Parts: sequence; structure tokens; C-alpha cells
Amino acid sequence: MEVSTEYAVQMHGITKRFGSFCALDHVNLDVKKGSIHAVLGENGAGKSTLMNILYGLYQADSGEVYLNGKKTAIKNPNIAIEHGIGMVHQHFMLVDNFTVTQNIILGNEVTGKFGIIDTKKAREKVLEIVKKYGLEVDPDAKIEDISVGMQQRVEILKALYRGADLLILDEPTAVLIPQEIDELIGIMRSLISDGKTIIIITHKLKEIKASSEVCTIIRRGQYIDTVSVADVDEEQLATKMVGHAVQLVVDKTPAKPGDVIFEIDHLTVKDERGLDSVRDLSLKIRRGEILGIAGIDGNGQKELVEAITCLARAQSGTIKINGAEIQNTTPRNVIDHKVSTIHEDRQRRGLVLPFTVAENAVIEKYRTPEFSTHGKIDRTKMSLFTHKLIEDYDVRPAGCENQPVRGLSGGNQQKVIIAREISNEPDLLIAVQPTRGLDVGAVEYVHKMLVRERDAGRAVLLISLELDEVMNVADTIGIIYAGTIVDSFPQGQVDENTIGLLMAGGKLNETDSQNP
Amino acid sequence: MKLTAKILKKPIASTLIAVFFGFIVAAVILLVAGYHPGQAFSALFHGIFARPKYISNVIIKATPIILTGLSVAFAFQTGLFNIGAEGQYIAGAVSAVLVGVKLNLPPLLQIPAVVLAGVLGGTLFGWVVGYLKAKFGIHEVITSIMLNWIGLYLSNFVVASSAYHMPNSTSSYPVNESSFTMLLPNWKTSDAGMAALKQHKWLYDVMLKTDVNFGFLIAVLMAAFIWYLLYRSTKGYELRAVGFNRDAAEFAGINVNRNIVDAMVIAGALSGLAGALAITGTAPHSISTLAAFENNGFNGLSVALIAGSSPVGCIFAGLLFGGLLYGGQSVQQDVGAPTEIINIMIGTIVFFVALTKVIPVLAEKLEKRGAAHVQ
Repeated sequence: MEVSTEYAVQMHGITKRFGSFCALDHVNLDVKKGSIHAVLGENGAGKSTLMNILYGLYQADSGEVYLNGKKTAIKNPNIAIEHGIGMVHQHFMLVDNFTVTQNIILGNEVTGKFGIIDTKKAREKVLEIVKKYGLEVDPDAKIEDISVGMQQRVEILKALYRGADLLILDEPTAVLIPQEIDELIGIMRSLISDGKTIIIITHKLKEIKASSEVCTIIRRGQYIDTVSVADVDEEQLATKMVGHAVQLVVDKTPAKPGDVIFEIDHLTVKDERGLDSVRDLSLKIRRGEILGIAGIDGNGQKELVEAITCLARAQSGTIKINGAEIQNTTPRNVIDHKVSTIHEDRQRRGLVLPFTVAENAVIEKYRTPEFSTHGKIDRTKMSLFTHKLIEDYDVRPAGCENQPVRGLSGGNQQKVIIAREISNEPDLLIAVQPTRGLDVGAVEYVHKMLVRERDAGRAVLLISLELDEVMNVADTIGIIYAGTIVDSFPQGQVDENTIGLLMAGGKLNETDSQNP
Repeated sequence: MKLTAKILKKPIASTLIAVFFGFIVAAVILLVAGYHPGQAFSALFHGIFARPKYISNVIIKATPIILTGLSVAFAFQTGLFNIGAEGQYIAGAVSAVLVGVKLNLPPLLQIPAVVLAGVLGGTLFGWVVGYLKAKFGIHEVITSIMLNWIGLYLSNFVVASSAYHMPNSTSSYPVNESSFTMLLPNWKTSDAGMAALKQHKWLYDVMLKTDVNFGFLIAVLMAAFIWYLLYRSTKGYELRAVGFNRDAAEFAGINVNRNIVDAMVIAGALSGLAGALAITGTAPHSISTLAAFENNGFNGLSVALIAGSSPVGCIFAGLLFGGLLYGGQSVQQDVGAPTEIINIMIGTIVFFVALTKVIPVLAEKLEKRGAAHVQ
């Protein structure tokens, strides 16, 4: 494409190698001024690498970058900032116990005499930007006291404060509830109407449809296509992203629930600070049923899982599996009662990274006669067992049973955990954020597995921050807010906005309620 | 390039490079201090290898630090930093003396009793550390450093006590002879023994001029045992899982606290064993008033580092360390260079070993550069 001043950014023939691995291979990106441009790709496709090159964090091995039609060498982020590029990272870079204003001016303080910060002036300047773009946020609130959506606004304000004309948003919706996503899209619109340009990196198709005009697709470091968003549907985008047709909707038959085998009754759990984070929570799951719990992070999901798995004490209430109470026993007792858990933090709780795949695969079973006799581990049996799991669950690379699990990709690490937990043949399978950080293909696989286990007659508890996941996979959707299940609905009988409202602590009018 | 990279990735390569650099730095320091490095090193090697007696002494010197090295290495493998090997060693020596002086059984009963007492002494010290960590979350480094001092003063207390103090000396009574673990202690000093040994020059040298004892054999056996425990037993699996990732181990139903206590108990037992074997195996078979630490435990830290926490590696690292310590004396005698030079060299080696974490990374870069050239 020709270089022109019509474009805020033009990246042509960008190639970047990390050792022998080619992260980007002649990738092009042309972003028109005043537009919202999406960069779509799976995890590891190279979209973050491309943006890091634009922001000066990496240097391309070859290729050119043009800003407003002028060839520019962006050697470091300072040069990028000088050229009006601002980046909002997926993980916010904010100081928790500073105020909004302090965070925004950090590193670029307005100083008066003797280098003393002129707080008043800074505050005015921040308020000015807040007003201009409708980015409502209290400049005096501390970061730790405001919601994630607000924190994101602070990040955007930070970039604007530094004079950004081009904003790069890296997976901006990952942490937001539907209402906040709508608000964010509103903010993006108001920014471009003021002449700003926005690049949004994402793998969420719906949001691209809702927000962007143009979309560039990258797959495994290769430039695939640039399309006008209005001309394609989500399936077409997904196919371009993954390289083959994918199912966006989970394929499953209606649940055939059996008896209730798992029951939580009036459970209360305190968090580390001694506050009730799970309050009087009750739920029931039947055999052959997936109960999905939707909610914003920090509403007691973590403590709920910890109480079930006996990592945290239940202050009151009972947790029963097959009629046996398991609360306040030991993690091993819970496993022995046929409860298996796919933990959200696979590297902290799920795996021992320096251990081999085989050693990880038997971590709940090494003491059984299958793998050890008289305290001696049978490494051959362990390897054989794992070899079969690797084959059955298509963990890659094949035959990796005696390699450290650390060397596997995130998706394959997750497969190891799933394979291990399912091989326990549990009655209750708990999956917490089971698809976090996985690409579309792997997500599809995990969902299929959950449905397969449901059909095998297990009870499945799915806890996820991804509302789409819960709505797609679960047979029953429960909404958790402030440590309790505020409402629940059968799948298909509730819409996203209702759930979003409940997740945020709103109340339904009597007439709106679909479930008495 | 690929081959170089492959070789560099092996842990042993890093260690050898570190040792090499240790010698280079020592050579520079010797030069600066006005000594001839060639002469100093030849004196060092002479002092280690020239006579059977020297080799024997190196092995004797290496025995306790192999065991304390194992103690530290084992703790490392289970995620704990056992800086308390020194105190556990002292506890082992004191306990061995407490029992060995008062008890006088036939050797077949006496030796196990005395050694077991030493092991229990070290175990007790290790247990205190493990228990405090498991129960109250007190970091093992804090408690074990405190216990090192407690061990030191406990030892001095025992030496000074009327029941154990040998009059007109700064030591306790030696343990009874039935506790000795030297090779044939009575026979070799008998007339028949002397006569028989005279036939073989080097045997005579080794047997009569050094305290050649069973300790080294036990240290080697312990290294093999610890290797088996760590890598082939369910207990070792648990210990390592807790060491590498306590959260995952806990989540998988492994009792984290019990394994922390067990790990410290085993580590303490190994250091206690080192102390006990030093009492039973080498003169003066007693404990003396300590003005400062003797470093048998602290040297174990260096040994474990050089060995990369490998149990079998501790044998070789211990021998290297013992060799430097013993051979270093010759450098002083023959060349006149202070023994501090040897300490600097040891320090440099440990320093470079710590740095060698870099070498596999460098190797990886080398490999990548090679691959890039191929493309």
C-alpha cells in the first residue's frame, strides 16, 4: 500500500525473529487517521509483538514504520510517546495507593518552585481531559478503591495526558462486564470524533463487530487479511483467525440431570483480611449438569473454590458430596471424595513446573498401588500412564511425558491438568477459568471436554469471569455477587444484560425476574 | 556451535568452568601478592596427591563436609535453605560426646549408639527449625542461624561442665575407644599390625599416619541413599513437590507442613551424622571450647552450591573442597603464601558457580545464533 498522510500508522513488511522463531513475517498494518482499527489474532499470533514494535519496546528485524506518512524509527517508548503514541496494557500499570491524579501525572509531574508538585494545577489539567472525552472518574479517588473499569479509564487518561493521538488498547475488554464494555466503546467513539486514532488488540469477535471499522488479521506471525468489519460476520472472522472453520457455539444436547450429588448449604467463608467474602451461599448440582457461575472478579469465587477444596476454612454452613460433609477437612480428603478441580492458576496451583509431565500427571495418585509399592515410585508405570494420557488428550509435543511441564505451551499445560483431573474419574469436576489465556482452538476443546464429562454423568461446576463462556457452556447459570448467588437461570432463559446487571449488584424488578 | 552449546548446557560443564575461573582469579591474586602462581599450584597439587597419606587426609577432611553438603543440598531440593548445618553438626558432635564418654559397650553396640546419638542431636536441631516454620511460618534462615549460636554455646557449656571437662585442657574427655570408627584401630598399632603394614609402604603411610576411617564410606552411602530418597521414593516426590511449588502440592492433597518438618529433620540428621562421625573417626575424639565456628557446616553450603544440589555431586564437590583445604596448607608451607589465598580461591569458585546460572542461558543464545545462521 502506498504511504500517505491519510494514515496515522503504516507498518510495512515487519519481520521479527526471536532466535529461530519467527514471531512476525512481513506483516502489514495500515491504520487510517480517526478510525478504530482492530488487530485480531489468537494468543501467540504476534499481535502484541507488532504493537510492541510500534511502541518501541522491540525493534523489527526488517520493515518500515510510517507515522502520518513519514518514515520513523521508533527506538524506544519515549520516541513513541513523543510521536503521540499511547499504549494501555492489558495488565494495568498503576500504583494502587496513589490517587487517580497522582497516577496520571506520575513520571510527568507538573512542578512548581523547588520541584514541588503543583497538585492543584495537575488536578485541573486532569479534569479538563476528563470533561473533554466524557471519561467520568473521580480524580481524588485511590486506585485500590475504584473498579477495574475505572482503572482502565485512568490508563487511557494517562495516555491522553501525555498527548497521545494514537491509542493502542491491548485486550481492553478482558476484565470488563458487558455494561463496562459498552461504556468503553462509547469512550472510544468520543475519542475518534475528536480526531484520535485507536488500535484495539483483541481475540473477541463480538467486540470487533461492535467497535471497529477495519480489522487486520494475523495468524502465527503471518499477515492474513485486512477487512472492512461491516462486510464480514463473526464466523468469517473466526475462520480467518484460526485458519479453519470453528464452532463458536458449544455443541451440546440438552442436559439430562440426575440426582443432586453436590450441595452447598449456607456457606460463609472469610478472606485473608477476615472479611466475609462468601456469605450464606447455597447451591446444588445434579449429575449430568453443568452449573456455571458468572460474576465479576473478587466476588467470592476464589474463596468459594478454596472452601470446597479445603484450602480455606468454612466459618459456617456445609459442603456435601454424595451426602458426605467435606468442609474443613483436608485437600486430600476432598480428592478422595471424588472431587477434582481444574484451578484457575495453573502455574501456581495446578502444576509443579520443574516436574516432568509424568510427575505432574500423578500428583494426586502417586501413592496409589498403581504407581508405587512400599514407598517406591514405579517410574515406568508413571510414564506409561502419562504417555496414554498425552495421546488421549492430544497434548503436544507427543511423547513429552519425561520433559519438564514448564516447556509446554499454556494450552498444552492446561490439557495436562484437564487430562489429569478427568483421569481421576471424579463425581464433581470443578473448572475455574479453564480457558483463561487459551486460543480459540483450545477453548473449543476445553468446552467440549466439560460437556463430554457432563454427558458421562458427572456434576460440573464452571466458574468463569468470561460471561460468554458461562452462557454458552452451562446448563444452569448462577450469578455471584458479594459472596452469594443472587439469582440463577436455566440456560437460554436469560440475556446478557440481565446477567450483567446482577453481576454488578443491581436488582431486577419483580416483573423482569425470570426465575422466582 | 551446536555441539559447544550442547556441552555448555550440561551442569557439570558450568561447574568445571567455574572451577577453572576460580584458579585463574587465584593466580592473578597470587601474582599481585608477589608469589609465583605456578609454584603455588604445584605446591597445592603436591600437597593433595604426592603421598598416599595426603590423599587419605583429603578424604578424611572431605567426609564431614560431604555430609553437611548433602544436608544443605537435600534441603535445597525441598525448597529450604539450611544455613543451620553448622549448628546441627555441632549438635551431632556434642551428642556423640555426651553418650560416647559415659557409655562403654562393645564396639558393635557402642558405635551405633554413639553415632545414633549424634544423628538425633542434629535431628532435634533440624526439627525445631522445621516445626517453627511449619507451625508459625518463621523463616528457616532466622531460626537456624540462631540455633547455630545455641549449638556453639551448648558445646562450650558441655566442655566446661565438670562431668565432661578434661582437666588442664580446653577440651572434653574423648569418647571411649569402643566408639572409634577408624579402620582396625587396635590392630594397626599392635606389633603384629605394625609388622604387617611395614610390608606395604603406602598402607603403612595411610593407616598409621592418618585417621583413616569408615566415615567416607558412610558419606558415599548416604549420598546414594539421599539420591534414591529424592528421586525414587514417594516421600521424595512429596518433598520435592513441596519444595518446587508448595501451593500446587497443597492443592494436590500433599501435607505441606509435615513435609517441611520431615525435610528439616532429614537435613538435620545428615549434619548430625557428620558431627558424630568426626568424633568417632578422627582425633582428638572430643569437643573443644569453640571461640568461633569451625565451618564444617558452612563449608557444606559451598559444597552444595558447587554440586548444584546434586546428592552424588556432593561427593566430588566435597573432595574438591577437602583437597583445597588440605592442599592449601602446603601452599603456605612451601611457597609462604598465606592460606587466605586458598580461601579466596574457594570463594571465587563458589562465586563463579553462582554465576554459572548464566552459562546455560549463554548456551541457548549460542544455539539460536547458530540456528539463525543456518537460515
